Amino acid sequence: MWRRILALIRKELLAILRDPRGRMVLIAPPIAQLVIFSFAATLEVTNADIAVLNQDSGRWSAEFLQRLGVGKSFDEVIVVRTPGAVRALIDARRVLAAVEIGPSFSRDLEAGRGATILIIADGRRSNAAQIAVGYLSQIAGTLGAEIAQASPERAAAPPAARIAATNWFNPNLNYRWFTVPSLVAVIALLVGLVVTALSVARERELGTFDQLMVSPLTPFEIMIGKTVPPLLIGHVHATIYILVAVFLFGVPFRGSLALLYLGLCLFLVAVIGVGLFLSAISQTQQQAILGAFLFMAPAIILSGFATPIENMPEWLQTLTYINPLRHFLVIVRGSFLKALPIAEVLVHLGMMAVIAAVTLGAATVLFRKRLE
Amino acid sequence: MTNAASPEVLARVTGLVKRFGKTAPPALDRVSASIFGGKITGLVGPDGAGKTTLMRLLAGLLLPEEGAIEVLGHDLKRSPTAVQALIGYMPQRFGLYEDLTVAENLDLYAELRGLPRARRAEVYAELLHFTDLGRFTTRLAGQLSGGMKQKLGLACALLQTPRLLLLDEPSVGVDPVSRRELWRMVQALTGQGIGVVWSTAYLDEAEKCDEVHLLNEGKLLFSGKPAELAERVAGRVFLLDGVGGRRRSTLAQILAAPELLDGVVQGSALRLVYRASQDGGGTPTPPPAAGPSARLRPVAPRLEDGFIDLLGGALRTGSALADSLHPLPAQSHPVIEAIGLTKRFGDFTAAEDMRFSIPRGEIFGLLGPNGAGKSTTFKMLCGLLKPSAGEGRVAGFDLLHAGPQARGRLGYMAQKFSLYGDLSARQNLEFFAGVYGLGGGERRARVEEMIAIFDLAAVADQTAKLLPLGFKQRLALACAVMHRPEALFLDEPTSGVDPLTRREFWGHINGLVEMGVTILVTTHFMDEAEYCDRIALIYRGRRIAMGSPEELKRRVAAAERPDPTLEDAFIGLIEASDAERGAA
Amino acid sequence: MSAGGGRRLIALMRKESAQMLRDPSTFLIALALPLVLLFLFGYGVSLDATSVRIGLAQESTAPPAASLAASFLASPFFRVTTGHDRRELEPELVGGRIKALIVIPDVFAERIARPGGIPEIQLITDGAEPNTASLVRNYVQGVLANWQRQQPGAVAPAITVETRFWFNPELKSRNFLVPGTIAIVMTLIGTLLTALVIAREWERGTMEALLATPVSAFEILAGKLIPYFLLGLASMAVATALAVWLFGVPLRGSFFALTVLTAAFLCPALGQGLLISAVAKNQFVASQIALLAGFMPAFLLSGFIFEIDSMPPAIRAISAVLPARYFIASLQSVFLAGDLWGPMLQDIGILLLLGAVFLGLAMRATRKRL
Repeated sequence: MWRRILALIRKELLAILRDPRGRMVLIAPPIAQLVIFSFAATLEVTNADIAVLNQDSGRWSAEFLQRLGVGKSFDEVIVVRTPGAVRALIDARRVLAAVEIGPSFSRDLEAGRGATILIIADGRRSNAAQIAVGYLSQIAGTLGAEIAQASPERAAAPPAARIAATNWFNPNLNYRWFTVPSLVAVIALLVGLVVTALSVARERELGTFDQLMVSPLTPFEIMIGKTVPPLLIGHVHATIYILVAVFLFGVPFRGSLALLYLGLCLFLVAVIGVGLFLSAISQTQQQAILGAFLFMAPAIILSGFATPIENMPEWLQTLTYINPLRHFLVIVRGSFLKALPIAEVLVHLGMMAVIAAVTLGAATVLFRKRLE
Repeated sequence: MTNAASPEVLARVTGLVKRFGKTAPPALDRVSASIFGGKITGLVGPDGAGKTTLMRLLAGLLLPEEGAIEVLGHDLKRSPTAVQALIGYMPQRFGLYEDLTVAENLDLYAELRGLPRARRAEVYAELLHFTDLGRFTTRLAGQLSGGMKQKLGLACALLQTPRLLLLDEPSVGVDPVSRRELWRMVQALTGQGIGVVWSTAYLDEAEKCDEVHLLNEGKLLFSGKPAELAERVAGRVFLLDGVGGRRRSTLAQILAAPELLDGVVQGSALRLVYRASQDGGGTPTPPPAAGPSARLRPVAPRLEDGFIDLLGGALRTGSALADSLHPLPAQSHPVIEAIGLTKRFGDFTAAEDMRFSIPRGEIFGLLGPNGAGKSTTFKMLCGLLKPSAGEGRVAGFDLLHAGPQARGRLGYMAQKFSLYGDLSARQNLEFFAGVYGLGGGERRARVEEMIAIFDLAAVADQTAKLLPLGFKQRLALACAVMHRPEALFLDEPTSGVDPLTRREFWGHINGLVEMGVTILVTTHFMDEAEYCDRIALIYRGRRIAMGSPEELKRRVAAAERPDPTLEDAFIGLIEASDAERGAA
Repeated sequence: MSAGGGRRLIALMRKESAQMLRDPSTFLIALALPLVLLFLFGYGVSLDATSVRIGLAQESTAPPAASLAASFLASPFFRVTTGHDRRELEPELVGGRIKALIVIPDVFAERIARPGGIPEIQLITDGAEPNTASLVRNYVQGVLANWQRQQPGAVAPAITVETRFWFNPELKSRNFLVPGTIAIVMTLIGTLLTALVIAREWERGTMEALLATPVSAFEILAGKLIPYFLLGLASMAVATALAVWLFGVPLRGSFFALTVLTAAFLCPALGQGLLISAVAKNQFVASQIALLAGFMPAFLLSGFIFEIDSMPPAIRAISAVLPARYFIASLQSVFLAGDLWGPMLQDIGILLLLGAVFLGLAMRATRKRL
């Protein structure tokens, strides 16, 4: 039996590696993913342009403007003269936000009165706008505090409370530390699913599946033969990404490598179960690839990969527990940045084991049915 | 209205060269030919000979690298659209939209070909009557049988009566009954002066054409009337009756003689073609190997005989494959058994109560029209389909309950080349050896043995899908027999293969049979059926006749048809079955 | 085009529509997939950290500390788990069950009592999720400033910042993500579906039969494009209805503007689909290219979720030739801001230009030869 399975596994690997299309599936998406996600997929705000309508000619508005230019958040500060110009720049999405400083700004501050600045932000990009407003408020707040210290009227008032903020695991909130480890999970999903889903469909299309069916291989042996190669390939891909994350992007690895690989293995088995399921129901490679897409889109969106699960409605959050990617992402991120305690990891490993048992079980049942 | 003396030239190609890719050998190599009005011109050759390329060039779908094409007075390179308005073209697989109905397909092509609306009703009525599709106008084209699709494809090409009709392999996947009907329809068209080009891989079909152009590997080998080619071997073709003993091994012995050009099994007799001899004429003496009671009887030469002669005769290699086997011991119980096999899909019964048993060392054929149930039966017997009732046995093992044991004793070769195209020839062999449980030294030895037997050494490390057709065929057979199966299942094994490769293939099969291997073959093509010891004819899910090719022919013999062909027998028996159903 | 050409074109379009209605995979991509995506993005993708789970370690029981803690508990932005010692909450942060930990230290009240003493709280965020960490910090700052303003003796800060979010004052990310999803759906219909149906004609051999009739290449392309163009518009209408009635996204602009924009976007999208199928001629390869070159960039590089400004210059250059980028920008305007014809006409101009380029390339690739 093992001899037959080994022959099947060998054949499977050869078929994938010798087929130009198979190689394309293995090489192109991972590279595209690495480039796009590590460089483009960021919610940080850098290089944004802002407009300033400054009606004040005093020194404090000049000081404020000067501080805007420092730092990487804002690229260009466009000074305009009229509210109409502000409107036009925001409408055309030329700027993310605009700052309006009234004519009496410096005078009010000099006189010890409070002064107000107005920030108008583009709600069509509310996430970026909020972050930009946060930066602007911080600049205004710091400037205000400095002025207050120097002013005798205000010195008597209780000083503003401070926040001593620390960011654990990622002190500088480097966005790449967030995305790059997650890629290990997404690449495993992509490769495991597509390789499995395509392998049976390709054999069906080429007519070689009948050839397997008339051989003494049992459905169980065929299943094993179809499961092991994507498992191996998935491990290779994930390993490359782990190395890239650590050595190219300098993401710290603080957790247990053994637990990460255990998680990877369970995750891949769960994904391969889905892939086998898809390939059992699709007749052609095209159907298989569309099926894989239909599974992958929700799996990625509902995993916390791009946006936090906590932001979803309650019922949808519950639903994400059946998503293996969700659990594996916790393990991956935990292993890289957090040194997640074993007890935490075990919970998610357990969930993935259950999911893997279900998908693989369902695939086996369906596979047998289709074979008869 | 045809002018028999000097038929009009509808198309002329001169010095055509067409290449796909710079390094590949040309698909067409300096081909010059003419196509005449009012005639059926056969474009004949094995798969890959260049038939489809020539068809597409004639339809203005490809441009040649060199040479000129003139169709209906137009230079096709310059004005393809003008020509396309005047021709009808039916591509392979008929070019139908399977998710449109028969009527919608007709409407579409009527508009595209500019059939005036006013004439539609009249033309449709005529074509639907002609093709007998009147009852099916609302059916989706995808739900039609192969024969009906073919007729619909033809109707679509005929909507605006073309002057030149191009049919690319119209008979592929179509059973003899439908093929014969199509032929009648096309003949009616030539009566109106239309020129028809009919491409086919089958020489028996080409024989009926008025003119043939014989292509092989991109080269035009012969142009002219089929009879002219057959004429080359006139007086050299004989049927050898009364062969004593095992006629397959006898054939192998006879073919060793240098004076023989070709020989095949034909039912209980052998068909022999002698080489042209100096003294010429006269019936030669029967070969001594045939035994004392053998008699030679001259028969009419066929196109295929001429083709073989043109190619210089069949390869006369004995089957080294057979020599590598130990003869399987004789045994009383059958190797393949169908015991009341039945398959239902919903309320449709695809195969009902199939019963037959095939003893050791027999070639058994399953014949029948498309959708009659022969593939269903075949699949149940090799374990690809689970029967609804009854059971199939191979080498005594029930396929359902002892599947792996039964499947370990059978070999299977599918119609299409279904090996792993991206693997090399050797990797394919190693894979199948592994799947059948051979390991270590035994596997290496067997792989080497197969490479030697099938002469694959030169291509062993090449990617399988890039091999020439003949090598693919050999590789497929090598993979199917390397575990020394007791039973071999063949699904249209030599369709589209040139006659020499086909002879080589059946040479191996004959050798295997002599060693006691049992063969089950399903086919549409009569020359494959002639190799069988017995044939089961399947129609509408039931077995309507079973017997040796001779017996089947005898059953339809009549005064006006004293010596029917196997195709006559096939059609006659099916018509008789229809008549019986009609009466009941 | 001759009269015969017109008849042929209508016949081709009628055929395409009949196929569209019968083919389950068309139905799947044109209807089911948009619905799935709309639901997924509408419900599943949200950048609104409206109820972030945080921990609050109140290590001081003094009145000021208690009132600050109450402010945090009352904030709609947070769902607070309270404790008295930071050590009992830290594992929650490591486990990812809370995204930040606020510590009100035992010296908090003392510092307030001391003249000139600066009260300080500690904020520990989960840096593993940087976006949430940034937002939480802003929120905490806001809550703290509010609280301080209500304290006795408080003076207004020197500089008050007043913020207005135009177009989307509730700051619902759904309001800009759902219009973006419509653009993704249009990409799928325009590019993926068109590429697939033409590749299918090549695969099934029907293209060969078409080409051998007197039809011109232009008629074949137009016969494909027009039905899918109309399907795209219909799909847009359905998606818009869902966006407005199910997800409550405001539609401040006109439906007319929406139609014009969609029509302009479908030109490059269909052109891309045609180009892919002319190159691939095979459904499998066509679907791979369409997903990789059409869907992925539209999803990731168009400003749909991720800010284009924050991307490196090379990737910004790629996004400059992405039709989806201009479509998404204008779609968000029509929904949230209204008919801003000035910027929209500019986007439409770019879309038509890109469309002309893609369609021109597709025409070149689809000659009337095999």
